[in-house]
This record gives sequence, structure tokens and C-alpha cells, in this order.
Amino acid sequence: MSEKAPDAKLPGEEKTVSEPVTDPEAAPKAGLEREDAQPGETPDPAPAAVRRGMWSEGTGDTSGYGGIVREVARPHVSTAPLGSWYDGAHNRLATLVDDPFIKVVLQNGELTFHIPREKLVEAMRQLRDDAHLRFEFCSGVSGVHYPEDEGAELHVVYHLASMTHNRRLRVETSCPESDPHVPSVVATYPAADWHERETWDMFGIVFDGHPHLTRILMPDDWVGHPQRKDYPLGGIPIEYKGTTVPPVDQRRSYR
Amino acid sequence: MTAQHTDFYASPGDETEGTVYTAMGGGDFADIAREQAERNDETLVINMGPQHPSTHGVLRLMVECDGETVKSIRPGIGFLHTGIEKNMEYRSWTQGVTFVTRMDYVAPIFNEVAYCLSVERLLGIEDQIPQRATDLRVLMMELNRITSHLVAIGTGGMEIGALTVMTIGFREREVVLDFFEAVTGLRMNHAYIRPGGVAGDLPETGIAQLRDVIAWLDKHLPEYAAFCNENPIFKGRMVGIGKQDLSACMALGVTGPMLRSTGYGWDLRKMQPYCGYEDYDFDVITWDTADAYGRFRVRLAEMWESLKIVKQCADRLEASTGQPVMIDDPKIAWPAKLVTGPDGQGNSHEHIKHIMGESMEALIHHFKLVTEGFRVPAGQAYVPIESPKGELGCHVVSDGGTRPFRAHMRDPGFNHLQSVPIQCEGGMLADIVVAVGSLDPVMGGVDR
Repeated sequence: MSEKAPDAKLPGEEKTVSEPVTDPEAAPKAGLEREDAQPGETPDPAPAAVRRGMWSEGTGDTSGYGGIVREVARPHVSTAPLGSWYDGAHNRLATLVDDPFIKVVLQNGELTFHIPREKLVEAMRQLRDDAHLRFEFCSGVSGVHYPEDEGAELHVVYHLASMTHNRRLRVETSCPESDPHVPSVVATYPAADWHERETWDMFGIVFDGHPHLTRILMPDDWVGHPQRKDYPLGGIPIEYKGTTVPPVDQRRSYR
Repeated sequence: MTAQHTDFYASPGDETEGTVYTAMGGGDFADIAREQAERNDETLVINMGPQHPSTHGVLRLMVECDGETVKSIRPGIGFLHTGIEKNMEYRSWTQGVTFVTRMDYVAPIFNEVAYCLSVERLLGIEDQIPQRATDLRVLMMELNRITSHLVAIGTGGMEIGALTVMTIGFREREVVLDFFEAVTGLRMNHAYIRPGGVAGDLPETGIAQLRDVIAWLDKHLPEYAAFCNENPIFKGRMVGIGKQDLSACMALGVTGPMLRSTGYGWDLRKMQPYCGYEDYDFDVITWDTADAYGRFRVRLAEMWESLKIVKQCADRLEASTGQPVMIDDPKIAWPAKLVTGPDGQGNSHEHIKHIMGESMEALIHHFKLVTEGFRVPAGQAYVPIESPKGELGCHVVSDGGTRPFRAHMRDPGFNHLQSVPIQCEGGMLADIVVAVGSLDPVMGGVDR
């Protein structure tokens, strides 16, 4: 991957300020459009985790990658100014909802609002209804399990789209494993109905207020939530006529 | 289902505990009719599927009927759930392509592109994908869009008795699949698109074969319009069935031909272009009836638009013969000069010669790249694309490792099946088949 020199100009591009602004006080405030107003970044305070090995923990790994030790990185947290339309949406939501952000991440042109679960319903309603935001389309809901993120192990990710303004936004909320409750947004986005059911099915996140929170992909009497990180791949003994086929992970360790 | 006290599956000597429910006894229709007469209403609960031939795979529909009128209908899914997303967390980023291609198996190329675009965005290499690789992706996607629409139209036609539409649909599909086989080695489940580019260039005869495919489609695509467009039986079954207006589409997250059949020309290829679609000349097709017939007409016209793009791709690919089809970054690029061997497997003899006979370091590098894989910077990405069914996107999360921390496909069919009740309730029982067929769900993508 080639890195561009910081002051490299694209053909035809003229910069109005030659020196990058180093003093944060002198930096332009949100909403001002200056070419040197680069999105700010600070490291994510989430606890770092360390992963070992490639495929397995303990015995059974013959790949030779068992000795790999790797510190888990997280994307940087973004600070104003974010640039483009992002500042407008950020400030608008902050006006409409009282203190809605845990953090904001702008990565590769994709904006993510991390919103506490207590504010989720209100924020989602505003995101849909406010004329300046108008994210009227909910693509889907996806769960992520971060076992290292203590107190917020389970994340729920909503992908929103505004067809009015042709924009996309990601909203993320989290809950601890010990209290896996997140309010449902089905009343705002009916499209989230099955997606929340799937997230409940796969991650065991309870969406309070959902009209019919039942398993959707796994059988109704299934025990456990397969997409959690502590749930092994294929770790189910299969019983047939008194004989038990051992789970895959006991035949060879994938953990 | 009948309740009995004998367990037919018990081994000899096993005690049977409690009531055993089994479908073996079947039941006498006279008993059902008598029970119904006692209830003194016309309501009947019918289970349709999951093995019903007109449910596009293993979709289960629970229908409550009053006579032949549908009072309520609830789809049940999950019968084809294979844990693809979980499995991907245990494989490298490149291997993930092999999994996603098996999701919506009627439009495998789109799954691969959606996944690879997301991975490439996380890697920050979106601008470095060679032009020829992008053109090949567009070519494969648009041909795949035609085959997917052919299946939608063909099976949808078959389900209402228009068997010829199915047979000619699969005939055209076969021609395109032969081309796919020549390019990727496989008719389905290609795993052709890879992070960084594509798995291999066109074969030597590729352009000639492509011209043949185009000529064939040019000749045969008009047949569908001739068979169906003004066919009174076809229209009698399709017009006004499965109505769903724009606001219902927005609320339920419905995209693709269904959304465009309401008159709203939302197509991600135009609205949020990817893979250079802004440089192609094509139109977004809309219809204004918001019913099954409108969706059929949108699909029919979209095949022509796809063919237009395919022709433009053919010209571009002819002009760019010999240019690279994989990113010029040895940390990411897998060998992409594959040729199909006598065993049908793809291999790059040049590359094998290099790593096995010339350079020890190249061998070590190749081994590391293939077994361990490349690292993807931490973060998450979601790049939606316009699949034949609607918005298809892959939400990938990386923790900085060589495997996806989480990969989730947003399959349009999953959303679209949510609109079965709104389209079918209050209609006739026989129209369920038409409405579900016009949704074009593929259960492999819905259940993953």
C-alpha cells in the first residue's frame, strides 16, 4: 500500500492554507469547511486484548502458527471536525437528543454513531423522522460479540440509509453479557423485525418491546446462541439411535 | 399428526414414555372434516412447505384460510441455515469468498463482490484494484443478473403453469453458465472474485465465447416478452397480485425490482456507484403497478439493460487484454494467472515454477499468504451493492487478524420474505404462489 506524502497535491488542487493546523484551539470548529480541517483521531479507550495462536488454544494445532501472539487493535475514535455531511448529522442528532454519543468513529468514509442503549429508541426515531437526518431505510441489524469489551460485550449494529439525502450511517449500541437487553426499534423500523429475531437467535440479545422475539434460523428448542465467541464451531454431539457422534471440535480443535 | 402410545422408532425393549406424536398415522380426512364441522366455521390452518415445490427451496408458510381466502400467513425460515457466518470466522479472509458464494446460490457472483468490496474497503485498497479486474467483476455480475432474473421469471412462470417459460429460461441460463464455467471453472459456487481482484483472467477464447453468449441472448431474450407480456392467462394470474406500495417497501426494507415496481427508481448502481458503474451507459427500469406483473416486467427489462452493460464490458475487455487482474501488492495478491488443468483445477504453472524452482523466499511468502493469510486493519465496513434481488451488503468486522472477526450478509431475500403477509393476506390461496414467486427469495441466501 503506498502512502501519499502529507502535503501531496492532487492535480488541479490548490490549498488555501499551506501549514497544517497543529494547535487544537486554532483548529476550525465543526461546520466550517476548510481544506486543512482533517478529521481528528484519538485512540479508542476500550481495553486491548491479546490473541494467541492461529486455530487452536492448546493441543491439536499442527499448523505451526500456534506461537503467534497478537495484540488486538481497535479503530480510532474520531473527533470533530469530521468533514463532509458528517458534522451536520452529528450536531443535528446532538441537538435533538440529549447527549446521545458514547463515541463517533469515522473510518474509510463510513460514519458510526455509538449510542447508549437507553437513548437508542429516541435517537433512532429522530434519525428517521428529522428532515435534516431522514434515515428512512434500515438495511439490517447485525450483532457482534466482543468478549474483551468488559461491560459491553454484546454489540448491535444497525445499518441505516437515507434515500432522501443519499447517505449511509451505522448506529451501534452495546449491552453487557450479564444483562443482555437492548430496546427494540421495530416500532420505528419494521424492517428490523426479523433481523432482531436473528440477532436474538445468534447472540442471545433480548430486544425489549419486540412483538414476537422467537428463534428464526435455529430450531425453536435449540440451547445456546451459536454466534457467541464462546460457542464452539460445530460443538454439538449428534445423537442417533443410542450412538453419539462427537462434535467436530473434539475431533480436531478449531478453538 | 396423530397422538399414539406406540413409538415406532423405539428399539425393541425400550419403554415408551407419554404420548408419541407422529405423522406416520396420517389421519382420515373424514376425521378432519368432522372436527371442522364441530367448530362450525370455514377456517382451516394449512401448512405449506418446507418441501412444497413452489416455495423456492425450503420455505415454510403457515396459512390460515377461510374457504380459499387467506386470513393470515406467516413464513417460517431457517431450514437451510448452515452456519456460514460462523464458519467464516474460522477461515482466512480469502477463504471467506468460498463460503459467501454458497449463500444466494442463484446469484453467487454478487455475494462474492459484496464481500470482497467490504474487505477491500477495510484494507484501504479500493483505489488500487486493477481496471481489468473491475471490468471482469462487472461483466460477471451482469451476466449473473441475467441468469438470476431468468430463474426468477422461469420458476415463477412454471409455478403458474407456464412451463415453457421455465424451459427456455433454463436454456438461456445454461449458455451463460457454460461461459462461467469457461472463466471460473465452475458453473456455480465460483469463488472467482477475491480480495484484491479476481482469481484469473479470461481464457484465450474468452472474448469469442462472450460474443457468442451475447448473440444468443440477443436472439432469444425477446421470446419472453412474446410469450408473456400480453398473454391473457399470464396477466390474469399476475396483474394486481402481491400489491405492495412504496411506503410498505420502505418500512419493510424492500429493495430491488420490488421497490422499482412501485415507480421509485432506486438502483445502487446509479445512486451509490461501485465498481465503476457510473461509467456505463444503462437505464434504471421502473414500473408503476407495484404488483407481480410489474416486477416481472422490471426483471425482463433489466435483463436487456444488463446485456447492454455486458456488451460494453466485452469491448473494454477486448481493449485491455493482457493487463493485470490482481492488485499489485504481494502482501495481499494471490496468484491470479490460473489456467485450468486436465483435472479441472486451476493452477498457475508460472507461479509454481517460481516458488518451487527459483526462489525459497517466494515459497515462504506464498506459504504464509495462503495458510496464515493477510491481516486486515481493525474496524468494520459495509458496502451495499445492487444484487438482482435488491440491496446486498456484507458487514465485516476485523480485529486486525487474518480471519474475519465477524461477517454478516444482509441478504435482500431475508427482508423480502417479511412482506409475504402484507402481499398475501386477504387474497386467494392460489395467489400465494404468485406473490412469493415475485419476491424471488433464494433460501440459501435467506437462511445462510
